[in-house]
This record gives sequence, C-alpha cells and structure tokens, in this order.
Amino acid sequence: MGELKQVTLDASESSGFATTKLDALLGWARKWSLFKYPFVTACCGMEFMSLTSPRFDGTARFGAEAPRFSPRQSDLLWVVGTISQRQAPVLKRIYEQMMEPKWVLAFGTCASCGGFYDNYTTVAGIDKIIPCDVYVPGCPPRPEAVIDGLMLLQDKIARGDKTPGIVKPYQDPAAGVVKLRRSKDSSE
Amino acid sequence: MSERVLEVLKAKFGDAVLRTHSQFGDDTAIVDPKSWKAVCRFLRDDPQMSFDMFTDLCGVDFPDRNPRIEVVLHLYSTQRRHRVRLKCAVGDEDMGGCEVDSICDLWVGASWFERETYDLVGVTFKGHPDLRRILMYPEFEGHPLLKDYPADRTQPLVPYRTEAEAGLPLGKLAPFRDDEGMPFPHRVHNAREFGDS
Amino acid sequence: MEPIDLDLDENELELPSEPMHLNMGPSHPAMHGTVRIVLELSGETIVKSDVQIGYLHRGFEKMCERGTWGQVFPYVDRLNYVSPMLNNVGYALAVEKMCEIQVPDRCQWYRMILGELARMSDHLTCTGAMAMELGAFTPFLWYIKAREMVWDILEEETGARLTHSFGRIGGMANSPTPALKEMCKNTITAVLKLVEEGEGMLLKNRIFLDRLEGIGVISGADAIALSWTGPCLRASGVAYDVRKSHPYLKYDEVDFEMPLGKNGDNLDRFLIRLAELRQSARIILQACDRMADDGPVNCDDPRVMLPPKSDVYTTIEGTIQHFKLIMEGAKVPAGECYSYTEGGNGELGFYLVSDGTGTPYRVRIRPPCFAITGGLSKLINGAMLSDIVPTFGSLNMIGGECDH
Repeated sequence: MGELKQVTLDASESSGFATTKLDALLGWARKWSLFKYPFVTACCGMEFMSLTSPRFDGTARFGAEAPRFSPRQSDLLWVVGTISQRQAPVLKRIYEQMMEPKWVLAFGTCASCGGFYDNYTTVAGIDKIIPCDVYVPGCPPRPEAVIDGLMLLQDKIARGDKTPGIVKPYQDPAAGVVKLRRSKDSSE
Repeated sequence: MSERVLEVLKAKFGDAVLRTHSQFGDDTAIVDPKSWKAVCRFLRDDPQMSFDMFTDLCGVDFPDRNPRIEVVLHLYSTQRRHRVRLKCAVGDEDMGGCEVDSICDLWVGASWFERETYDLVGVTFKGHPDLRRILMYPEFEGHPLLKDYPADRTQPLVPYRTEAEAGLPLGKLAPFRDDEGMPFPHRVHNAREFGDS
Repeated sequence: MEPIDLDLDENELELPSEPMHLNMGPSHPAMHGTVRIVLELSGETIVKSDVQIGYLHRGFEKMCERGTWGQVFPYVDRLNYVSPMLNNVGYALAVEKMCEIQVPDRCQWYRMILGELARMSDHLTCTGAMAMELGAFTPFLWYIKAREMVWDILEEETGARLTHSFGRIGGMANSPTPALKEMCKNTITAVLKLVEEGEGMLLKNRIFLDRLEGIGVISGADAIALSWTGPCLRASGVAYDVRKSHPYLKYDEVDFEMPLGKNGDNLDRFLIRLAELRQSARIILQACDRMADDGPVNCDDPRVMLPPKSDVYTTIEGTIQHFKLIMEGAKVPAGECYSYTEGGNGELGFYLVSDGTGTPYRVRIRPPCFAITGGLSKLINGAMLSDIVPTFGSLNMIGGECDH
C-alpha cells in the first residue's frame, strides 16, 4: 500500500491529511466505491450519459458507477448542469440529507460558477450554497475532463484532502499558435 | 400567412382592428384589447378561418409607449395552413390595467402560455382557471422580462454561504469592471452602470 | 388461510379515503432532472396532478437582450440541448428572414445535414432514455453508442460534441470538411444497425409493450387543442410536419416520408421516433449526394457577414466592418417576425422584435415541448403511478427548451 505519511497536523480539521494506516485504508476503500447521486438538470446531463456509456466508461472502472437516487445511500453528489434559484433549495436539501463522508463534484461551468447565465434566475456556482470538492469546467466538459475530475477527487479522498480542486486543461490550446512579436531589445 | 385573413377581420370587426401589416410576410392585426376574445373566437370558429391550433402567446415590453405591453398571439390553421398574428396593447407606465381576456377556453393549450406571460411580463388574464407563476418561483417579486427589471437582480431562496463559512473566497470576479464591456444602445438594464447609457 | 374480506360486504370495509399526496420531486431519475409533479393518489391511481416546471429557467430571453444578434447562438444551442444544430438553424433562419437574406445552396444542404444529424441524436436519446427508465438498460447503452458516432461527425465538423454554436447569420461558422460525406455514409449504416438491434430487443418484449401500448392515449383533436406539434402530434394521426407543410431550406427537394401513428399512445410515440430516425438518415444521404463539394457557404452580405481575416488585417474597410459587426452587432431591420422550423419536438418558433440596432429587442422562443408538457397532466390523470414514467419519457420534455 502507501508509505506512512508523517505530517504536522493542522489545527483545523478541514484540511487534515491522512495520517494513519487506517485513514489510508479508509481513503482507499472510499475512493474506489463511490455511490453517485446524479443531480442532473441540463445539457451537461447529455455528456453525463456519454460518460457512463460504453465508449468512455468513465465511472464503472473507478467503481463509481452505482447510482443511488436516494441521498441517504449515496456519497458523491454529482451536480450536473445549471442550478437555478428555484432549484437551489432542492439541491441544498439533497446535500444536507446525505451522510458523512460526502463529496460534491460540480460538473460543468454552470455548476462551477454559473457559466454565462449571469442573470436573475441562476445561482452563480453551487459553492454559493453547498461546499464543493472538485470543479470540472467545460460547457459541457468532455467526458475525458470529467474522468480527470473524478480521478482528482479520488486523489483527494485518498489523502483526506478537503480543499477544493479544479480540473485544468492538459495543455494551453493556444500555446505555439500565437506568436507575439517581441521588441528588438528583449532577449528571445 | 394569408392576407385574406386580415381583410376578413377588418370587414367583420371594423374599428376593433386598429391596424394591420404584413411585414416580412407575416400577417399581423392589432386589435383593441376589449375585443380580444371575440376576434379569437371568430378566428377559431369561422369555417373560412378555422384557426384550430394556437401557436404562441407572449408579451413584449415597450416602456416608451403607452400602453406599454404588447400581447402577441400567433395562430395556425392545420386545415387551411395559414397563420396570423394578433396583437393588443395593454398596461400603462406602472403596469396598471394590464389585463386582457384569457383564451384558455378557446384553446386549451393557451393555458400555460398565459401563465408564462403573466409570470415573466405581468399581464393578467381574466378568466384564467389557474393564473400563477410557472417558470419563476412563487416567492419571486416582479416580472423579469420587463425592461426595467435589471437582468442580474437575483432573489435567492437559499441564503448564500459566506466566505467565513466556506473557508475560501467565493466572490467571483465580475466579467467586466464598470468601465469595460460593450456599450449597449438600449437603456441599461443592469444594476451596474455602463458609463452613460 | 382464507382471504380477509371473505365475509364482509363492500361498504363495511374501512378503507382510508383521503387521497395521498406524493411529490415526484425535481430531482428524480425519470423526471429528466427538472420537473416536479405533485400528485394526488388514490391507491395507485392518479386523481389530480400538478406539473411544475421552471426548475431550469435560465433566462434565455433576457440574456438575448444583453448581447448582439450573433451572440444569441450559444444561448440558442442550450435550449433543446439534445439537438442543438436544429435550434441554431432555426434561429439563423429567423434572423435571415428579417434581414431578407438567402444563404447559398451549399449552406442550405449543409444545414440540412447537420440538422438531421442533430435530430437523429435527439431521437436516439429519447428512445434510449425511455427504454432505460423502464428497466431496459442495454438498448440505452447501444443507442448512446450510436449517438456517439453521430457526435463524432458533429465534432469533426463543428469542433464540439454537444453545444456547437455553429450557425451564423447568413451562413455557418465554417465550411464542410472533406470527410463529411464519407463519415455520414459510414456512420448512418452503423447507427441504423444499432437501432435495429435495439428494436429487436424491445419491440417483441411483452413487458415493454404492455407498459407502452394503450397508455397515455391522446386523440388528434385533443392534441391540436393542446398545441402539440412534432412526433407527439403525428403519433395521434395528425399529418403536420413543418418540413412538409411549409418547406424551408431544401426540404421540398428531398424525398422522405412522414410517419404517422394511429392510437396516440406511448408506443406510437416511441415507434414514430424510430421511424423518423430512418427518414432523417434518408434525408442526410440524399443531401450528401446533392451538396456541392466546393462553393461558398456563407452569403456575402456585408451587413451580417464578417469579412475574411486577410481583409481585416490589411484593409481599413475590413477592419471597420469587422469592428462594427462584433462591437455593435449586425443591424437587423426594425420590425418583428415569426419564423418556424421543425425542431426535435415539433414546431420550434422564434418571434424576433428588432429596433434596428445590433442588439435584439426581444427574442421569443416558441418551445414545442412547453405545449407538450402542458398536456402531461391530462395524460396522466386517471392513469397509474407507474404510467407516468413511460408517458413522460415519450413526450421528450427537454428542460432547456421547456423552461428556456
């Protein structure tokens, strides 16, 4: 298994790291057996369907495929799609009904930060209402990005890290495409 | 769209049809709100017209005009394959008197569209069996599609978490500062000011 | 052990007589994420139902008033998000109607191909989801696999799998790739094969048929009164398809049938979608044959079209035109117009009001599934609780479109 980690304990519990072999074992067990609650609202739901479909198989191979449509039985809340103000109390209630330990994955830009719906009816990101562990940006994110997000979450679960993480693109798509013309006296 | 419809309407209803036009090929008749239902009933029942399918009902806000709200109705006839648009203007500056007869008993499908127009624009439909908000929640105040409702004024149902509670910064950068962004030609609908509108 | 009520008369048995209130909440596996149905049940039978939508209201119409005419395309994509190209094409046609522009032939064929691919994706998702909600998970996976193949073509053409934003006023964002026709032919063969396999699984299954046949019946006259359009209306026997009755693009030059149902029940709506899938495949193949391999895709109207980049960087007129179109938006003539196309669910209409500037004054979408979901209450009252699932699935309510 893993090496025993010797770290200084932080005073606040929320950023604690796994310090014992038991914690590491629990982290390992939890990360490979996530029961998801698919809180699907919008277009990202289509990519969510694709994620679970045979081509990408993004959840089954991580043991995260079993959907439980009861918050009492699930531990990973997938917030897939835009959350409107009307939907917000529903989301909060579902989150509160889930039992510890629980994690939240914000699937898509609308769930992460409201997307381009900057208006009277959209909640600008679910972290305004519930704590969120991993943000997967994209409109909608490709299933590969979501797999990245899931693996990032697994990493966090294993380490007991509760700070939120964001899935970054692998490479800057504009790198090497745009060349800036520099002035003559700067070094090239 | 058929211009014959407009001619028949003008012949039958005379003064109640205030104006007609056929811009971009769409035949439109602007009628007096008091004859709204009578005109609709005629269009549905007359065998030459036979507008059996209700297509769309919405409201458009023209705050510079009096009356300010235009209720727009689109009808279609599956047998004769013609369409018509009916409009009527209601409501004064403060949205008083903003009501028109409901046409739910003529076309059942109009029910939700009228609820939506009530919800988003504020037009009351007299005689509607169940006029309540449909897209917004009941606690919402105001009618969002009116031009003087700022687009980004939210009325949250759930109090937002504070940064202290969350332990990390929650406020996201606004996309534009006050001196940035595009100058929109219309009256500014945002709470933020974009320079001089 | 003898039955408990052997000796009792009917009216001596004390049964609870108050109806039970049940909430099929907005977060529910079969509610497509965003509908709440508040039910009053008497046993398993639904006495009254209140369908509450609006949980995905994203303020599409208000957002359109805050940008330019061209900036509406991403919002329009996210309306019927299972067939986004159809929305793109519908909106582009609406603005072009107001500007009185006609796009070149090659663009019309291209729009038809991409639109019908989107329609295929919509029908695959709807039928797959219906099967899944009834417990048949395998055909769902097969249909999603078929949908992935369709999305491969769309990704090749537009760059994005789902929300392409590929339409532009006066044309498309890019011209067809050389691989389009080849990909279409191969993919359609593979997709139709998968559809047949799925049908073989489902249509002879006694349980599947029992749950769909005779449930959620609506007559043609009732459907017209409820303003239903699209596959749900055609399942009730009413022959109204915008592509046939009021052809736009090149739909009058291709050969395709309009499948009609007889009973207006769930099974008919299911079968109609599968039949329409095949008709869409026919249209795509014919359009692929007819579309020219070269030629302009965008019209060259300077009021709406961006100039070529080489002109923008070298000539002052190009720069100014580009600047004005991006910063102020295409100036659409003042007035109003209603333009309608056949969306995935029926007559998708756009009512546009312009005041002559580059910012829309009002963009109204006439959502086909708003009217269809309005009829859901009528369909489920009197039916059993478990009938809601296939009935609602067969209506194909897409939250983004219904709640705009």
